[in-house]
Formats: sequence, C-alpha cells, structure tokens
Amino acid sequence: MLLRLGALATLAFIYVPLVVIGLYAFNANVTQGWPIEDFSTRWWRVAYEDEAIRDAIVLSVVAALGATAIALVLGTLASLAVSRYEFFGRDTISFLVLLPIALPGIITGLSLQATFQNAGIAFGLLTIIVGHATFCIVVVYNNALARLRRVAGSFEEASADLGADSWQTFRHVTFPALRTPLLAGSLLAFALSFDEVVVTIFTSGAQQTLPIWIFANLSRPRELPIVNVVALVLILASTIPVYVAQRLSRDPTAAAAPAAAGAGAKQ
Amino acid sequence: MVVYLGSLFVLLLAAFWETNEFTAEVVHTFTLDNFRTLWERDVYRDVAWRTIKMAALVTVADAVLAFPIAYYMARVASPRARNLLLVAVVMPLWASYLVKTYAWRTMLANQGILNWALDPIGLNGPGYSTTGLWLVFTYLWLPFMILPLYAGLERIQPSLLEASADLGARPGRTFLRVVLPLVFPALVAGSLFTFSLTLGDYIAPGLITSEQFIGTVIYSIRGQALPLAAAYTMVPITIMVVYLLIARRLGAFENL
Repeated sequence: MLLRLGALATLAFIYVPLVVIGLYAFNANVTQGWPIEDFSTRWWRVAYEDEAIRDAIVLSVVAALGATAIALVLGTLASLAVSRYEFFGRDTISFLVLLPIALPGIITGLSLQATFQNAGIAFGLLTIIVGHATFCIVVVYNNALARLRRVAGSFEEASADLGADSWQTFRHVTFPALRTPLLAGSLLAFALSFDEVVVTIFTSGAQQTLPIWIFANLSRPRELPIVNVVALVLILASTIPVYVAQRLSRDPTAAAAPAAAGAGAKQ
Repeated sequence: MVVYLGSLFVLLLAAFWETNEFTAEVVHTFTLDNFRTLWERDVYRDVAWRTIKMAALVTVADAVLAFPIAYYMARVASPRARNLLLVAVVMPLWASYLVKTYAWRTMLANQGILNWALDPIGLNGPGYSTTGLWLVFTYLWLPFMILPLYAGLERIQPSLLEASADLGARPGRTFLRVVLPLVFPALVAGSLFTFSLTLGDYIAPGLITSEQFIGTVIYSIRGQALPLAAAYTMVPITIMVVYLLIARRLGAFENL
C-alpha cells in the first residue's frame, strides 16, 4: 500500500510539469500566471505562421539527418571493427568512443568551439552536424555492438566457407542481423540531435535550431505563449519514438537502455 | 572521432596557457597559473563545492524517489502494468530537456502553480532559489535512476527474500540486509548519471537561479579567459574519472 503510494507519487512528480506546460499552451494571456483564466487556441495560429520557427524546424531536421547519417556509417564500422577484429589499440578505441557521453556536454562544446575557431571553420550547419555526430556515433555504435556480441562470428565464417565474398557476407548475413539495432540507434540519434542544445550553443554561430530558438525566446516574456505551443508539440512528438521503439523491440527495456545510455550525451 | 579527441586535447592543453592581461589574447606558453588561480580564489572553490553538494543531494533525492516505483515495477506489478509503467518512465527521457526545464521555470514563478498550491497551507514555494534548482535537477535526471534500479531489483531471486523471511527477518530487516546490498551496484550505476549530469550542466542553473555553478562559470568566463575556463573543466573531469573508477570496482558497469 505504502509502496503503491510512493510509486504513484513519483509518477505524479514526473508528469505534473508536462501537463502544466501543456495547459499553458492554451492560455489566452501573455502573462504566465496560475490558475489560467482564459483558454484559447490563438497562439497556435501565431506559432504556425511564425517563419523563424519554421526555419528552425527545417534546420533541426537537416542537422539531425546529417548527424544520424554520419553516425550510421562511422558507428557501424567502429562496432564491426571492435567486435570482429583483433588489432592494436582496440580496447582504447572502445573506451574513447564512449567519452562524448561520459563527459559533460559543456566540455564537448567548449573544445569543439575552440578547435573550429583555431582552424578557421565558419560556424553553421556543418559545425552543428559535426558537434551532434560526436554523440550520435556512440549511440549507433552501442546498439550495433550489443547485437554483434550476441550474434556469433561463426555465422560469418560459415558464410565465407560456403564461398561468399566479404560484401555478400555483409549484405546477407551481418546486415540483416544489424537491421533492428541500427534502426533503434538511428531513431535515438535523431531524437538526441533534434533536442540537443548544450553543444549546439557552442557550434551553431548565428544559426538557430529549434532548441536554440526556444532557448533564445525564454528570455523574451512576449514570446512565451508561442514557446508554450512549441513545448506542447515537442512533448507530444516525443511519444512517437517511444511508440516506434516499442514496436521495434516488443521489449520496453530494450528501448529504455539505449535511451538511458544515450541521453547522457545531450547534457 | 579524431575531431572530438583532437578538440579535447586542445582544450586540455589550453588549460596550461595564459591570457594576456592587456589584449585578452591567449598566449601559448606553458603555465600552471590557471590552476593556482582556481585554487586560491575563494569564488572558484565555493562554486565547485556548491556544485558537488548539489550533485550529491540530487543523487540522494533521486534514489529516494526512484526506489518505490522501481521496486513496484520489478516485484509487485503485473507484466502488463509493468510494461505501461516502464513506458511512462521512459517517455519523459525523449521529451525535450529545455521544455522540461522551462516547465519548471513556469511552475516556480511567483505567480506559478507551486505558490498557488502551497498558499492555502501558508507555505511558499522555493522560487528561483538553489532549492528550486535542486528540484529541477532531481526531476530532470530521475528516469536515469529509475531504470538501472529497476533492472537491478528485477534480477534479485525471489527465493532470497523468502529465505530471509523464513529465517525470521522482518520486512525492514530483509530490506536492509538483503535487498539493499544486492541493488547497491545498480544504485551506483544510476548515481553515475545523476552526478555527472548535474556537475556539467549550465543551462538549467542559468534558467532557474542567479546562483553560480561550475557549468555557468565555465560558460561565462570562456570568452575572456579560455585557458582558465579550460582549467576549470578539469574539476568535473577529474571527479568523473575517479567516480567511474570507483564505480567499476563496485561492479556498477554491469548495471548500466
């Protein structure tokens, strides 16, 4: 009984803020007082017509797609190398790949900013993508590696014994085994990149991704009603990856584990 | 990867450079002055100490809040309810970090829901104070504590609890002597997240309070004194490396 109460209290703690901000999205007033006196959907129209938001969403999607694509290629290659081959420095690599999620994002951001500046690279889409790719790679790598450890290398050896060349083996044996973890990994990578703000502040220059747009507008009281609308849309959108991950794995912990491992990256 | 490691290296190196006092340009000469400044100036020590205390308190609060629900999911709930609860716990992890912090900013405001709810019983909400920030951090990192704890609790053999009860231990004693030691590595695994995430964060402190923390200081001095900022990052880096080594000793890595 006491246990159930405790569990319920924690659950309420988790969801009350999300519900409150959801209600504010329908607040007619510009001021953010509670209780809400007038409800209206007028800010939805304003938000929908706001070009800065639209540009920010497009930039966020493009950056997330770019970072996910890089992560898919490099993360898969790294996981294959670490799981299937013995080579000098293998343990070091498997440790170093994890660094971007083990260290606070401010350190990643600061060091990337200093490097780009020293190298004379202009801040923009490219630097945003590179910044995001650092932690997206980890996510894909982790997911792929976990699967590769469970699928024995002997399948690949059997394939080679039966006369397949290495491309055929990858195409017909390795890749089918990796499809689900790669999908789950890219889903998470995309979501993390789309939401990233800590590193992006350092690498975006004058460009505004959606989180940067939110961050910039939090200090403008007149814009808060629109921020509320965007916030509710983002909360609702976050159920999509949860649903897809559920469908992918049928096992919620499988969706939880990479989320827990990866979400450290965005901070 | 090369870009990342290279950048990290440059940052570590920058900690040993100095800033020209007149031009504010970074001069590439080797010096330990940055570390001496950090050690001798009270501000930096106070801020570091405040941040570490905050990280510890957040970790404790998260452990206390996470335990009942993790225990309920792992040992009491039906498979269906467990599934739903897991989704309910995971969902906020995918929701935007900024949105969650902003939601708390609204709730903690003077005219916000917390003051409104506490007013009838004659209390005031914490407002934009260090306590308020503690609540926000506790909220943000809670799922990171629940998930490893749940996994750890689920692995405990029911027969161990029965054996303890058969041997005459009351539930409280069983909890202290059997359950707690068995889930301790999982608890450490969860604390890795709550601790490191609190140490490095600069956005939530900036949005919630005017009090300074390691992250906000690094962020604000990086413009004029990059070497000093770089040297200051050594504080969270060192703490996390030591923490990781201890955690590995305690077997927390199997629980990540």
